[in-house]
Order: sequence, then C-alpha cells, then structure tokens
Amino acid sequence: MTDTTTGPAAGGPPAEGPGADGADRPRRPRLSAAARESLAGWLFVAPVVVILGLFLLLPILMALWVSLTDWNGQGSPFKPGVPFVGLDNYARLFTEDDLARQDFMTSMRNNIYYVLIVVPAQTVLALGLAVIVNSRLLKGRTFFRAAFFFPSVTSSVAISVVFLFIFANSGAVTGLLALFGIRGPQWFADSRGTLHLLLGALGLVDPNAPPAALTDGGPFGLSWWEWLSGPSVAMTTIIMLVVWTTSGTFMLMFLAALQDIPVTLEEASRLDGAGRWQTFRHVTLPMLKPTLFLVLTLGMIATWQVFDQVYVMSQGDPAKTTLTPAYLSYKTAFRNFEYGPGTAISFVLFVIIVVLALVQRWVLRDRDAAPRPRRRAGKVRA
Amino acid sequence: MTRGNLRNAAFGALACACLLTSAACGSGFDDKQAGPARQSDGPATLQILIGSSGDAETTAVRAAADAWAKSTGSTATVTPAQDIAQQLGQAFAGDNPPDVFYVDASRFADYASVGALEPYGDRISDPQDFYESLRTTFTYDGKFYCAPKDFSTLALIVNDTLWKKAGLGDADVPTTWEQLTSVSEKLAAKGITPLAVGDTRDRVGAFMVQAGGWITSPDGKRATADSSENAKALEYVQSLLKGKLARFPKQLDAGWGGEAFGKEKAAMTIEGNWIKGALKADFPDVKYSVHELPAGPKGKGTLSFTNCWGVSARSRYKEQAIGFVEAMTKADQQMAFARAFGVMPSRQSAKAAYTAEFPGDTPFVNGAEYAQGPVNAPKMESVLADFDTGIQQLASTSPASVLARLQKNTRAALGN
Repeated sequence: MTDTTTGPAAGGPPAEGPGADGADRPRRPRLSAAARESLAGWLFVAPVVVILGLFLLLPILMALWVSLTDWNGQGSPFKPGVPFVGLDNYARLFTEDDLARQDFMTSMRNNIYYVLIVVPAQTVLALGLAVIVNSRLLKGRTFFRAAFFFPSVTSSVAISVVFLFIFANSGAVTGLLALFGIRGPQWFADSRGTLHLLLGALGLVDPNAPPAALTDGGPFGLSWWEWLSGPSVAMTTIIMLVVWTTSGTFMLMFLAALQDIPVTLEEASRLDGAGRWQTFRHVTLPMLKPTLFLVLTLGMIATWQVFDQVYVMSQGDPAKTTLTPAYLSYKTAFRNFEYGPGTAISFVLFVIIVVLALVQRWVLRDRDAAPRPRRRAGKVRA
Repeated sequence: MTRGNLRNAAFGALACACLLTSAACGSGFDDKQAGPARQSDGPATLQILIGSSGDAETTAVRAAADAWAKSTGSTATVTPAQDIAQQLGQAFAGDNPPDVFYVDASRFADYASVGALEPYGDRISDPQDFYESLRTTFTYDGKFYCAPKDFSTLALIVNDTLWKKAGLGDADVPTTWEQLTSVSEKLAAKGITPLAVGDTRDRVGAFMVQAGGWITSPDGKRATADSSENAKALEYVQSLLKGKLARFPKQLDAGWGGEAFGKEKAAMTIEGNWIKGALKADFPDVKYSVHELPAGPKGKGTLSFTNCWGVSARSRYKEQAIGFVEAMTKADQQMAFARAFGVMPSRQSAKAAYTAEFPGDTPFVNGAEYAQGPVNAPKMESVLADFDTGIQQLASTSPASVLARLQKNTRAALGN
C-alpha cells in the first residue's frame, strides 16, 4: 500500500487525472486492482494537490492573465473592462524600439554576465571547500565546516548592508588596496564595464572612443559595444557577495555526496596506480555528477532570479548596470503601475530558466557509451 | 478495499475538484458589488494613509486627525506607511484604498490618469490661496485634483566655516552662474570641494529651470527636452563636473548632498528645507546659511517638491474626507505642522506667519514664486529614471545625446 500511494505522487500528478478517472469508472461493475490503487493514491495526495493548486498554480495562472492585459492596477484584473492586449506586452520587450525594450535588454545583459560568473565560481568554490573539509587530515574540521557554512545562514539583507560598508569609498576594501598603493574604484558608483576596462588595459580598444563598428548597431536595441561591457564594477561587488554567501550551502551538498562515496573505490583506484588528481578527476567527480547537476541547476535558478541584493544595495544603479530582470519586473509593476509588462518580464524569465535547466540536464545526461566499462557499477545509482 | 471505500474516494476526488474550481472563480476576484453605498453626511470612519517623514509627523497628524474626529463625531485612523507607493498600489488593486492618503507630486499624474483620485480641489475653501506653482502641480487635464499638503523648494546651502576658511564673505555668495563658477574656483584653489549636488533630475533639473527649459511643456502634453535651454543647463553642469567644481554625493562617499555637506566634504550643496532636520540630528555642529539658488540666463529657478491630500474616488465618505482635508489645510493647522516637523505651509496666507517664525527659511519660501514642480504626466517614471542615468554619466557623455534620448523616451511616453 505504501508503495502504491507514493507512486503517483512521485510521478508528478497530471491535473486532469482525478476527474477523468472518476467520471467513467462508476459505469463498470468492478474496478481493476490497478485502477483502485491509483484512485486511492490520488485520494492520498489530494490535500497537497489542492494546496499547491490554490497557492501555486492558481496565482501563476492569474499572473499569466495579467501579463496579457493592460491592467492599470485599479480594481480587479478580472473585471470585464480590463483591456486585453494579447501578446503585445511580450512583443514590446523584443520588437519595439523603445525604453521598455532597452531596459529589459540591459537587465538581460547584466544578468547573463552575472550568471556566467557566479554559477561556475560558486560551484568550483563549493566543491573545493567540500573537498578540503572532507579531508581526513584536516584538524578542526567541524570548525571549518561551520565557518564556511555561516554566510549561508545569515540573512541576505544583513550581509548586503555589511558589504555596503565594506565597499564604501572609505571602507575596508579601499583601505586595504591603499595599503598596497592601489587606488581602488568607487565601487557602487562605478558603472564602467569590466570587460571594457580589460579591453582598454590590453590596448585593444579605447573605452572612451570605442570603434564605430561596435557602437553602430547590435541586436535588440543595444549596440555590440554595450552587449560586450561585461559586469560593471558595481556588479562585481554583488557577484563577490553572492559567491561568498551561497558557496556554503552548496559545499554542504557536495560534502554529503563526498561522504557517500565508498573509501574502497578511492583505494582501489590508488592501487591501480592513479595519482591524486586522476583519482579526483576519474573517480570522485563522476560519482558527484548528480550532485553537480543539482548544484548547477539550483545555482542557475537562483542567479537568474537575483533580487534582494539588488534591492538593498543598488536599486539597479549606477547607470542601470545592476538592473536585473527580476528587479525590473518588480519596478515596472509596482513603481510604474504597468502590471502587464511587469508580469510579462517575469514569465520571460520563467521560460529562460526552464529552457536553461533542460539544456543543462541534456548536457549532463548519462551517456551510455561510457569510455570506461569498469565504471558501469556507478551508473546504477543514476 | 471495498466498493464503499471506493465510492468515498470518488466523492473525495470530486469534492477536491469542486474546491479548486470554486477557489478559482470565487467571490474574492470578481466584482463584489455594483459600488459601495455612499454617505454624504453624518459621522464617518476614515482611513488615512500617510507617508510619514518620522515620528514627529505621525504624532502631529494623529493629533490633528483626533481633533477633527472629536469635533465631527467621526473616527479617523491614521496609519503611517512603510512604502506608500507600493501600499497604495496594492490597495487600489485590491479595491479597498484608504479614504485619504498622501500623493507625491511626482506620482500624481499616474494616479489621476487611472481615475484613482477624486478631483475635489475647487471644493476646498479659497483654493486660490495655494501657491500657483503647487496648484499647477496637482492639476491634470484642467482639473485641480487635490489640496497641497505643504511643500519644499531647493536652495543653496553654504557652510559658513569652510566659507571663511577660503577667505570668502557674505558678499561672495553666488547669485548668478558666473559667480558660482568663480567662487567655486576660489574654493577649489584652497583644496575644498566647492559643491555637492545630487545626481538626479531633482537637483540638476533646477539648472534647466534657471536656463528657461524643462522636460515637458507646462501642460505636460509635449516633450521639450531637447531644447537649447536645456542643453545650455546641462553644458554648464558638465563644466562644473569636469572641473571638479561640483561632485556627486557618491563621489564624496555620501548618500545624498546633505550628508556630504554635513561631513564638511563640500562647501555648498543644493538641497531642500528637509536638510535642516537632518543637519540638526546628525551634524549639529555644522554652521550653515541658506540662500536662494544662483540665477541662470533666464533668471531665478528652483524645483518644488510636495504632497497633496488625495481623496480616493472609491471612498464611501467623500464629503467627510474633503471636510477632513479642509481642516488639515487651514492656515493655522499648517503652521502647527510647520512647528512640529518643519514643513512649509502651502497656503500663501500663512507665508507671513511662517517667515516671521522661521526667518532662516525665507529663501526656501521665496522659491515658491518661481519654482517648477515635478513632471506632471503619467508613465514618466521609467523615462525620468533613465534621464537620471544620463545625468550620472554627464561628466563623460555629451549633453545633447542625453537630452536627445530623454526627448525620444518622453515623446514615446506622452504619445506624441
């Protein structure tokens, strides 16, 4: 009985299930055992289905409706008088040459750079920390585990405020750089793109007079030069903060997975003559693959949705270089009363996250033609 | 498992489905009633939402509301908002807005254009007594919507200590752009940052007014951002920034001009009368004086900031709400507010009493004669935020391109 009830729940309940089943079954004199079990299963999961439907699915559908309208925030969006505009709000984000598209594309650019840096950095850092605190040779492992995990349990708002102080123009970081004779940037006031700065430092282009080939045109209303800005100096502070705070959580996940790996496997590979790095690369890392997928997916979802750090630290400033789609969606809806375009942005964000998660899953899928037949034993888990 | 159990299960599933569908189109989301019954006289229960500047303001408004409630037999509940723009947005969407609430001048057109406000301005006694610039601020489509609560203007704040240190006297306080440049050069020569100015249209915009320009036409219908007057203003500000004669607060490690000024990182700043309270609380030792802003090519100009007492178009007690506003905007009551939390009365009849009691504020009050209110058109918030971004980069970009961008976006927002 336990098996059959958890079965449908784990398999992801299709919404039309109970109605269809219940409607045509009573005509039959007896139900098959399988049908009875599935019905009982639905009954058991019904409370959760109702709660999820009421508090998750329903609000999402309501928001979807709002994104198709030009609702101005007066009264209910489900009244007859609310103008229905179809996909206009979505089309505006991509096709019309106006401020709304420019803001949206700027926020997309910022977030792409943010994801490209944060996700790999936090994953590598988390894995590194996990390997370190998992090492049997390390003294005081419990202390380090707690220390590395500590930023993750602190409120992101509190940490953001602390970072504001640390990176203030007269703050600790600038002071530290000054000790080495470096004049640090004005972190939160600096909207220069780091890629621009890098290209300028290499002497490839002059950031103050970029080549016309790059500034003349580009996709979606931003010039190629703007697309190639890289994260601004202000954005890098948020990147540092997020990498530092989240790597603790992910370290914990890697640690749990590392402790699941039988020591005998590592010892066997050592006996076969594998070095330290080879053991890590060809034994430990493949065993961590499910966890790696989890960490990358969670990291990607969280980074595409970054909001609170932006809200507390920069509000999108300086020069919109810390604007992200999540914050822009909030601002458009609740500051400008343009609820339709605001929700449209959040649905575009939703689609991006789903698509990227699927791509990630496909890239990290288990390939049957594994190069090392001996490692087959590990596949059973996946 | 018997058939009885099975039937129960089927009923259960059906009940769940019913619950879902009823939740989906239940009473919460559609039009409840054709419209709440309106009461035009008698005692009322008023909900008042205020965007309070602090405890002093909350206490003063509560006291005034209690006094009004007692005299009319009504009840008035004053709630200070955490974030009034968001709370009002939610209240309008949820169909139960407060009866009376503060409306910020910069958001006024957004509310008026969607029909959230009752246009009661002309039903208040002696509406002509409000400063004309404030009445214009709260006029949309030719209708005077709501009574200005109070107002602030920008003025030039001068640090007397740094002033003396640079060997300057009272006569050196700049009254024109040329004098501002020359006196700034003298200060800079002594190693003092001359001017801290906020990096938004709410400060830099004052230069545009002094040059005779503004972002929109006076009726708020046309975009006039790329005028030569505006270009002149931004070029002047750019020259100050490039010469390091003016710095933005962030460059001086401060959140706003008043903080940079209080930390004595700049000899002058352009701020409104709220700076008095901030300096008193955080930097009580700073000695300063207040002067009118230096005049530009087209004479004096400043910006005004104000709130009005908005009355909800959906209120059940509109008449009583207007009566409440009437009581709040009486000259005596405005003077009481002025004493309690340092705002300037919006009625001209209170001007003499105010300047007599607060002579140091005369430059702020005088500003009302030539002040420009915020852009009075809906859907301009993101456009103006984009302009602020342009101002932040003014030192390194051309003013013409900043204004061309502002013109294009403003035209799109105004639909012309």
